[in-house]
Amino acid sequence: MELKKFIENFASQFDETEASVFNADTVFKSLDEWSSLMALSIMAMVDEEYNVSIKGNDIKNSKTMEDLYNVIKSKL
Amino acid sequence: MAFITYTGVGIKAIAACVPPKRIYNKNLGYLIPEEEIEKTINSIGIKERREADKDVCSSDLCLKAAEKLILDCAIDKSTIDALIFISQTPDYRQPATAPSLQHRLGLPQTTLAFDINMACSGYVYGLSMAFAYASLAGINNVLLLVGETMSKTISKKDKNTTPLFGDAGTASLITKDAKFGTSYFTLNSDGEGADVLQIPYGGYRNPSCEERLKETSDEAGNILTGEQLHMQGMDVFNFGLRVVPKSIKDILSFAESKIDDVDIILFHQANKFMTDFFAKKLKFSLEKVPYSLQWYGNTSAASIPLNVVSEMQTPHYPQRKNVIMAGFGAGLSWGTCLLSLEQTKVSEIVEY
Repeated sequence: MELKKFIENFASQFDETEASVFNADTVFKSLDEWSSLMALSIMAMVDEEYNVSIKGNDIKNSKTMEDLYNVIKSKL
Repeated sequence: MAFITYTGVGIKAIAACVPPKRIYNKNLGYLIPEEEIEKTINSIGIKERREADKDVCSSDLCLKAAEKLILDCAIDKSTIDALIFISQTPDYRQPATAPSLQHRLGLPQTTLAFDINMACSGYVYGLSMAFAYASLAGINNVLLLVGETMSKTISKKDKNTTPLFGDAGTASLITKDAKFGTSYFTLNSDGEGADVLQIPYGGYRNPSCEERLKETSDEAGNILTGEQLHMQGMDVFNFGLRVVPKSIKDILSFAESKIDDVDIILFHQANKFMTDFFAKKLKFSLEKVPYSLQWYGNTSAASIPLNVVSEMQTPHYPQRKNVIMAGFGAGLSWGTCLLSLEQTKVSEIVEY
């Protein structure tokens, strides 16, 4: 699993937010387009791409993209 | 491990009743920013829902559905041996609602009648219970009444739950008859997630109290009391994702069948984004996944039979020999079955 690819996968769930906005330090929950439904899209993407099931708390406790990446990586 | 088969029992008829009052999600501007409403509707797939009046209970909706079923199939009421009522919105905390439905429907006093308190997995659990009774010597016909008035448990100031839930009552008649062939069930539970979907106060663990009847705001600004439904949406999704596709694979393997043989999957009508994703994971065509949640929302345990009544009127979905039903929700609890609906009479929907 690679951080760069994870950021691309994450960014591809968003329609209105430019891909360039996303990097390892992005505080994703403060993005305008972030919503509880977006969280479901992220969970679905993580299931599809990494075969990992993340919980609500995994998202709640992650501040930056890299935090979430590390959670997923630990479950691989 | 609950893997069960039943032979020579099946669903003879299904009917459903919804309240006439429609609530439109496009009018939720007071709760959800206008620019997010359309996106929300497209994602969850729910355009409108039905809401029961203050004095209409789950039992009333089920009663009307049962009367429709009895009329349409010309059922002799004296042949109904058992009545099971499944709901989390019963008439009273005590006693159970099923005996009053026996009386109101004019069924004989020799009818076995009881309630089961289950949420969105309730229809599949109830079918299994009804099939089990109908398999016994001495019982030929079981009336399974499954209804919910979720609108009475939801805070209209909670944007997690408000766009999702609607009210409905349903009736299914389960009958002993060799023509039905074999059905397969798997029933499961995971109480570790009991708080994922919960009304925390008003039972006996946390009794009703003045303080918890006051509205409080959560970190996302949703306002609800302790006696309204609390839902952790992300964890519901995580739960469904973990168990539902697997449960469908398990039932197919148990029945020595495969996904290509399945004619229809009837998912509990929870959220279209979620169940579309399950179908995709199973590589199952969405053309064979009926949806009625756009009109009725999530009606908890009633959603599967309501979906049959709404979407499976002849000539729609003519292939219905291998039908999977997948119920999942509060408890946490989930049940999946594989059965035939070829012999099932589907009534037109009624309103009350």
